[in-house]
Formats: sequence, structure tokens, C-alpha cells
Amino acid sequence: MRSATESKVRIQKEDFSVTDEIEFMKKSSRNIGGITVFLGTGRETSKGEKIADLNFEHYPQMAEKKLAEIREKGIADFGLIDMSIVHRIGHIDIGDNIVLIITCGEHRQETFKACEWAISELKRTTPIWKRETTTKGEVWVQATP
Amino acid sequence: MITVKYFANLKQIAGKDEERFDLGKETTLDQVWEAISQTLPQIATLIKEKKIMVAVNYDVVSLDAVVHDGDEIALLPPFSGGS
Repeated sequence: MRSATESKVRIQKEDFSVTDEIEFMKKSSRNIGGITVFLGTGRETSKGEKIADLNFEHYPQMAEKKLAEIREKGIADFGLIDMSIVHRIGHIDIGDNIVLIITCGEHRQETFKACEWAISELKRTTPIWKRETTTKGEVWVQATP
Repeated sequence: MITVKYFANLKQIAGKDEERFDLGKETTLDQVWEAISQTLPQIATLIKEKKIMVAVNYDVVSLDAVVHDGDEIALLPPFSGGS
């Protein structure tokens, strides 16, 4: 498992520690009064089918660029103190961490709103693709709710 | 040279993750699709049916964009990151 690093936008194969990532973000400012965390994890079923294997692929450079844009816009538009986004690629086991978004603000309201916005924006704009293998075969997921 | 990159199911269809075309100093995406259709008609069809987004140098562009020698064009199936 990998600890938080200096970069607040990362795409990596390695797992991450949610606790370490939160502790790292708390160091951003002594004025943080609220933190919201979204953690996406590997589900066991997809459309009623049991998933045997999960894999994520991304477009390097563009994916990092889009995540950095989400972070910058989120901080600016919602008046956050800080935000971090970590997304894993490659093979993911069921139940494993996939994506982590941490939003930090002076108060809770802006962190809730920004966190929900950020994961929706990630799904809409960031070139990352999920491949699921079920009993029916292998499929590149076209969209997720 | 223009580099065209394929991802996810498009990479499987193409059997490669990128290819290069020499289309002069400046060209249109329509001409790039024409070049792709010579060997990968299935992908050209998906582009014409607007089932794929297109990025040039890491930004999504409209299909009437002009591209230049050295540009990187990415064909992007619908995204499914997150979880």
C-alpha cells in the first residue's frame, strides 16, 4: 500500500491508504473545518452478473490533465481550501479501492457539494475506461451511473 | 506525421494502440478518418456515427477541427472511470 505523496492528483497502479491520504490533506491548512471523502471500490456484480475481473485503462497525459483541471476548478468554484484525487489503473480486486476524492474546506457544505461534483466531472471528462469480465465474457463498460 | 491513438475497445478492434499518418502540414479530421478507413473501416464507421469523442493534444475537439503535423489525435470511447 502506498502512502500519500506530494502530488494531490495521481493515477497509479498501487493501492492507497485512505487514512494516510486524509492525514496528508489535513496538513494543507490549520483552517480546515470539514473534510468530505468519496471512495469508489470494486463491486462484485454488474447488471446482475458476477464480476470475475476488473481492469482500468487510461490515456496518460490527458487523464492527469483533466484531473488537475477538476481539482483547480473545484477549489475555485466551491471555495475549498484543498482537494485531492487519486485513481487506480490496472487490475482491481473486488472490494479494492479504485478512486478517492478528498475535499477540504472551512465548513462542511462546500466540501459535500464539491465532492459530488468532482466525481461526476471525473466520470464525464476523464479518459479512463473500465473493463469487466463476467460469466458472459469481457466488456468495456460504456457508462456508469 | 500525425499520431492517432486508440484506447479500450478501439485498441482491440484496431489490434494496435497507435498509428501514424503523413497528411502534410495541415489537414482536416475528415481526411484523417479517410486514411483510417483504408485499413480500419469499423472504426471509421464509429467515428461517423459519433460514438467516439476526439481529442487533439489532450483536449476534446469538434469533428470539424483542423489538425497539424506533429499533433496527437486520440479516439476516445465513452469514459467509465470512477467505480
